[in-house]
Amino acid sequence: MADPILKVEDLMKSFGGVVATDQFFFDIQQGEFHAIIGPNGAGKTTLVAQISGMLKPDSGRILFDGQDITGLSAAERSHLGLARSFQITSVFRHFSARQNVALSIQARQGHSFRFWKPAARDSSLTEPAMKILSDLGLANRANVLADNLSHGEKRQLEIAMALATDPKLLLLDEPTAGMGAEDSARIREFLGGLKGKYSMLLIEHDMDTVFSLADRVTVLVYGRGIATGTPEEVRGNAEVRAAYLGEDDAAHA
Amino acid sequence: MELTRLKGWLLAIGFVVLVAVPPAVTAMDETFYITLISRIMIFAIAALSLDLILGFGGMISFGHAAYLGLGSYAVGILAFHEITNGWLQLFVAIGGSAVVALIIGAICLRTSGIYFIMITLAMTQLLFFIGISLETYGGDDGLPTDRSEFAAFIDLGNEWILFYLILGFLVLCMYISWRLINSRFGMVIRGCHENEARMQAIGFPTYRYKLLAFVISGSMCGIAGFLLANLTEFVTPEFMHWFRSGEIMIMVLVGGMGTLFGPVVGAFAFLMFEEIISGFTENWPVIFGPLLVLLVLFAKQGVWGLLPKSKAGDG
Ligand SMILES: Nc1ncnc2c1ncn2[C@@H]1O[C@H](COP(=O)(O)OP(=O)(O)OP(=O)(O)O)[C@@H](O)[C@H]1O
Ligand SMILES: [Mg+2]
Repeated sequence: MADPILKVEDLMKSFGGVVATDQFFFDIQQGEFHAIIGPNGAGKTTLVAQISGMLKPDSGRILFDGQDITGLSAAERSHLGLARSFQITSVFRHFSARQNVALSIQARQGHSFRFWKPAARDSSLTEPAMKILSDLGLANRANVLADNLSHGEKRQLEIAMALATDPKLLLLDEPTAGMGAEDSARIREFLGGLKGKYSMLLIEHDMDTVFSLADRVTVLVYGRGIATGTPEEVRGNAEVRAAYLGEDDAAHA
Repeated sequence: MELTRLKGWLLAIGFVVLVAVPPAVTAMDETFYITLISRIMIFAIAALSLDLILGFGGMISFGHAAYLGLGSYAVGILAFHEITNGWLQLFVAIGGSAVVALIIGAICLRTSGIYFIMITLAMTQLLFFIGISLETYGGDDGLPTDRSEFAAFIDLGNEWILFYLILGFLVLCMYISWRLINSRFGMVIRGCHENEARMQAIGFPTYRYKLLAFVISGSMCGIAGFLLANLTEFVTPEFMHWFRSGEIMIMVLVGGMGTLFGPVVGAFAFLMFEEIISGFTENWPVIFGPLLVLLVLFAKQGVWGLLPKSKAGDG
């Protein structure tokens, strides 16, 4: 069998006394849509930060496509095909939507030690950027400064920027965070459309989305993976029900 | 970053006025203005170069006078050893500034915030004290120097020709900066200023881009130093004093950080103001200080930033 696209072995990370990632093991198979759920503060974002290379684990290993990437920088991981989106919107506020996406495309086209030709008029950047913006329904907002986009549009741009790096594995940290019901439904539909095209790790609070889209679900509580399995298996898991699902109906909201 | 029609016109008019300065002031028998405007244009180059890293890259370098000093000492020291070839001096001024900027940048870009400011300041003070200790080259008394020699038709002994050479360099530096800021490289530098973590996440190894920007900025300021030594026919460690770094930074603030051509306007505003007010009172900073505070409070993007902007997304 092929290597899993991502394999995390015995990952540990603590902040002072808080253990945010605790002896965590898991893997994502090629093409798999894997969801992580867990209560607030469970360590989901911390996990994404370590996988994407923005935070150094205290110990443990991360393998991407069979290669140990634990020591690589975030930029190096991005070039291998790892992309992340941010729970807290992290766009370039003073660039237009198109420029935001074009920067991701520029990054994947090799080095940027090019000093003369205006990037704004470089069709090898603007055309693919427009393509991705239209996929996300932002084509008519391409020239708007990211700062002037609505919250929902910023969240869409957040995903567009990750997609534009042409990844093999997408790490999406609560892509619908803070979005209205209508907008988030649209984004979830869009994510459903990505299923099968990319290997994906989705962090999401909405149980309906998770259980309808994910191939497998991992439940994270206090930094520990307490269960991994198909949506049915996880739903039926007694420990999960006790620790999370059963007790916390708010999670369904 | 596109220029609006208004800004384009202002730049064109500014250029025509500058071209007319030498004949006009000679006709009015006020040739002193040729030297004053020459000096202002030199500082405009320095401010422009600082804005590349300060306004666009978000790197608060409080030591830009270092390159002003290095550029001028390249002229002074080479001339002292009877190497007066202008091209060679210019090459050494740019190259020397680049090497020093590479060293300073490599160190201080590993830090950020107040540490970055303090290290750039400290490094420049170090160069200042080295300048003072160079007894052979005049120490703190400075060193008189001859003007650079280019091919016969560029005789820098002629104030007009020196003026137009400086103007030519100013226009060249403005054009290069404009291309740079809009290029792929420029987008990376601006992106690092906005959100460096995101830049890394989408695949940019940001350190090397910022370092190169730091070197380019220092080299450009080295050109200003080369021109300053030629204008004053004198080099002194004073060119590297932290006070000078502060002045260059104020010019950027007055003109507008991250506005590219604003700092050029800022250099004119600052030095003209100094010239006029210092004729009335020794204590001109007492007047200038509060004005600067007002400007920074009410016009965050300086005087150039008060002009209307081009359409969204193009800056
Ligand atoms: N940089 C940090 N410094 C100190 N503590 C941190 C830091 N980042 C996260 N933590 C702590 O680590 C724990 C896990 O945080 P994390 O943000 O990963 O949770 P999460 O599962 O993403 O939560 P949420 O659902 O609210 O997004 C929390 O207790 C948090 O306070
Ligand atoms: Mg989180």
